[in-house]
Amino acid sequence: MSYPISININGNTYDKSVDPRTLLVHFIREECGLTGTHIGCDTSNCGACTVLLDGNAVKSCTVLAVQVNNHEITTVEGLANDDGSFSPVQEGFRQEHGLQCGYCTPGMLMAATALLDEIPDPTEQEIRENLEGNLCRCTGYEMIVRSVQWAAQNPDGIPVQIGESS
Amino acid sequence: MIPAKFDYKPAESKEEALSLLAEYGDEAKLLAGGHSLLPLMKLRLATPEVLIDIGAIEDLSYIEDKGDVVAIGALTKHRQVEQSDILKEHIPLLAHTASHVGDPQVRNRGTIGGSLCHGDPASDLPAAILATRATLVISGPSGERQVESDAFFTDFWETEVQEDELLTEIIVPKYTGESWAYQKFNRRSQDWAIVGCALQAGDNPGIGMVNMGSTPVRAADAENALKSGGSPKEVSELADSGLTPPTDIHGNESYRRDLAKVLLQRALEN
Repeated sequence: MSYPISININGNTYDKSVDPRTLLVHFIREECGLTGTHIGCDTSNCGACTVLLDGNAVKSCTVLAVQVNNHEITTVEGLANDDGSFSPVQEGFRQEHGLQCGYCTPGMLMAATALLDEIPDPTEQEIRENLEGNLCRCTGYEMIVRSVQWAAQNPDGIPVQIGESS
Repeated sequence: MIPAKFDYKPAESKEEALSLLAEYGDEAKLLAGGHSLLPLMKLRLATPEVLIDIGAIEDLSYIEDKGDVVAIGALTKHRQVEQSDILKEHIPLLAHTASHVGDPQVRNRGTIGGSLCHGDPASDLPAAILATRATLVISGPSGERQVESDAFFTDFWETEVQEDELLTEIIVPKYTGESWAYQKFNRRSQDWAIVGCALQAGDNPGIGMVNMGSTPVRAADAENALKSGGSPKEVSELADSGLTPPTDIHGNESYRRDLAKVLLQRALEN
């Protein structure tokens, strides 16, 4: 059985027919070629597959692509500004060394982005509680928390071009 | 892991969902947020031939003040329960318990009706629903019926909702007492409770226990002791009375009995 769906990802509409059992994370990675979203545990624990669904953070390994028919998804590829500069959260992870191996980073960035949309000036406790659904296998949580704090303190970010050394 | 093959049938309304249930019967499962069902399907613990997606039925997602009670649509997401001003004011136990389900991503997808219909004794919300003495509204081919929360959970992962029926609303009495608490003991923040305890004190106390039997259960003997004015120590000694907690890798039966008493005492002294 093939089911037609239309999903807007990062402003682009993808009209495709999928097997209904296709998980959203597989749709994003394999049908749309957006491989920034990672598959980690595949059991809705680790949060590496976190994307925004209509602005809310969800784990795309536990959502069927057909369930988000006609909805809007934002993935890590959709975070940077149109001119290529980093979003505040991305820049915060750069400034405060919020990543080591980088595997959890796309999910951390999306969860942190959703957090700051809802609570622009979170306490450290609020940051930790709102990132509880994202695991870092390098255990780099201290720097991840500092990265999110940097983003909260610098809501305009710093306009640094990707690829340009600073 | 990708679930086994199934046919996908989205329903636009409660009536359409009931008619699809009538058509497909026990071959079908209802899909709301999918945060209980999809993990089971990925592990092949559930292999429905048809999935009826009720997630888009917007008129089953609401929280309404109805005087002495608050009515909650079955498709209301945990996040909405957690953040509802109506619930925070009138049934704070329920809003607080919802904030302890899974993690933010899970709470953005999971629904209160889905959690209750899954009937998992390790879930948080069933214990709160038992403690609040809520009533559940079930729709079926012959109309609506109401079931008290006490009678809703029938066996392990089994509830009163029949194959041709749909849970549509949860009616929760407003809480007029002052003391309430949800105590959850787990090793990591997003884990299931090893044991949990939802408490509303007041004139008609309710105590719902997590992971203390094959279904979500009330600690009836402790409730009676609390009603007759027992001290926190006396009441909490009865936290496991009449209950049969399981033994698994997270803890054995005697550990859970001990934990239940500790958590109930903490809840009472909160």
